[in-house]
Amino acid sequence: MSGFAALLTRDLRLAFRHGGDVANVVAFFALAVILFPFGVGPDPDLLARIAAGVLWVTALLAALLSLERLFDADFQDGSLEALSLMPVPLEIQVLAKCVAHWLTTGLPLTIIAPLLALVLHFDAAGYPALVAALLLGTPVLSLIGAIGAALTLGARRAGVLLSLLVLPLYIPVLIFGVAASEAAALGLESRPHLLLLAALLAGSLALAPWAAAAALRQALE
Amino acid sequence: MAQFFAMGGYARFVWPAYGVAVIVLVGLLAHSVIGYRRAQRALDAEERR
Amino acid sequence: MQRFANPARFMRLSAALLPWCSVAAAVLIAIGLFGALFVAPPDYQQGEAVKIMYVHVPSAWLASLVYAVMAVASAVALIWRHPLAHIAAESAAPIGAGFTFVCLASGSLWGEPMWGTWWVWDARLTSVLVLFFLYLGFIALANAFDDRTRGSRAAAILAIVGVVNLPIIKFSVDWWNTLHQKASVFRMGGPTIAGSMLWPLLVMAAGFLFLFAVLLMLRMRTALLRAKLRALRFGT
Repeated sequence: MSGFAALLTRDLRLAFRHGGDVANVVAFFALAVILFPFGVGPDPDLLARIAAGVLWVTALLAALLSLERLFDADFQDGSLEALSLMPVPLEIQVLAKCVAHWLTTGLPLTIIAPLLALVLHFDAAGYPALVAALLLGTPVLSLIGAIGAALTLGARRAGVLLSLLVLPLYIPVLIFGVAASEAAALGLESRPHLLLLAALLAGSLALAPWAAAAALRQALE
Repeated sequence: MAQFFAMGGYARFVWPAYGVAVIVLVGLLAHSVIGYRRAQRALDAEERR
Repeated sequence: MQRFANPARFMRLSAALLPWCSVAAAVLIAIGLFGALFVAPPDYQQGEAVKIMYVHVPSAWLASLVYAVMAVASAVALIWRHPLAHIAAESAAPIGAGFTFVCLASGSLWGEPMWGTWWVWDARLTSVLVLFFLYLGFIALANAFDDRTRGSRAAAILAIVGVVNLPIIKFSVDWWNTLHQKASVFRMGGPTIAGSMLWPLLVMAAGFLFLFAVLLMLRMRTALLRAKLRALRFGT
């Protein structure tokens, strides 16, 4: 457990040293969302209708931005190889990386999402469900993204390839996340959708570290 | 005959559907056969050297 | 050259099987098409539009089946390091992508007159679209590395990860109230579809299955010939 904590602290420290990353993600999210009223017009009803979708899609894209670099720096300078030889299993290391990624992308996104929802005239009734859905969904984005990042390590055009691999797998998260947020905004039941998101989270917690670790081992051979 | 091609009014959906299937599957077949013949020829040429 | 011992066996086997499978595919598809277009009755509700089913459903079945084959081959490749397994998976991928495309296109053409829309984001359609992207991702990943082996292994992992999509495709119409109709052939309690419509459907599916076998064997033979060519040229 202390190995996990040590890795997590290391990854977090690295993330914050390149302080840019958290700010990048948050700034992209905010700017992208703010562009929509300019693009589709200021009509509050229209904005309220597309609010959930806009917030989720931009959160998704923002999470995607920093995925490329998840394992890249460690891979390039050889520390990934050193880490793989540690007694801590590679799967746990991947989990630590995912947690660090979520803390620097998903969590900040979830925190500022309600503010941006204001800008889009998102119905007040939907806020709790929106935050709950993002809390459940953004870790899934980090976990699935880790699989993609590990698979594309050292590939040609890794960025495009990563998006091609990861975005289809993100679609279920997007669908249920938006459904949960919109249901609540319309006064309907959001629990079924939230439960499905929770199931996705449980599933990816089980599957993603294994798959990403397998991919990392291939990259290191 | 005309009745057959008209497909009860759904002709513009049914025939393109069959068309897509034919084009894709025959295309796959053609691509596979051509690739195979090309590889065969190249290997024969190399083995003769 | 003992690396090619197993491939040699495959080459002999496929050389023997190809003519028979080709004939089977041609005959079955011909009979299936004849049955679908000339013999099978129009549907009580859908009229002649139901004829799209004879292309849409078999390609849907093959789309999932080929992916399963691809995933199993990938697992074999990663666990037992069998070189033929990677070749099998990579040969199957474009075939599966083709069937999935036919399924999506024919489905869309069927949906417009029947549902009034070319596309809807229900569970069945979305998961088949994800399947299509998984095929494309697999092909792209396998070709994305200078070291071909690394590409093959990475793609194999992706194939296995994507297997979770298959039960979703199959059971999505049961788990959710979707626009797409529920299972009427592969279900507990047997098919609910009329016999006069079922037989051309099954014949077409069998024809597609043999077509898949033909295409797979052709592409695997091509890959093995190319590997042999590379070995001769670069003396591996």
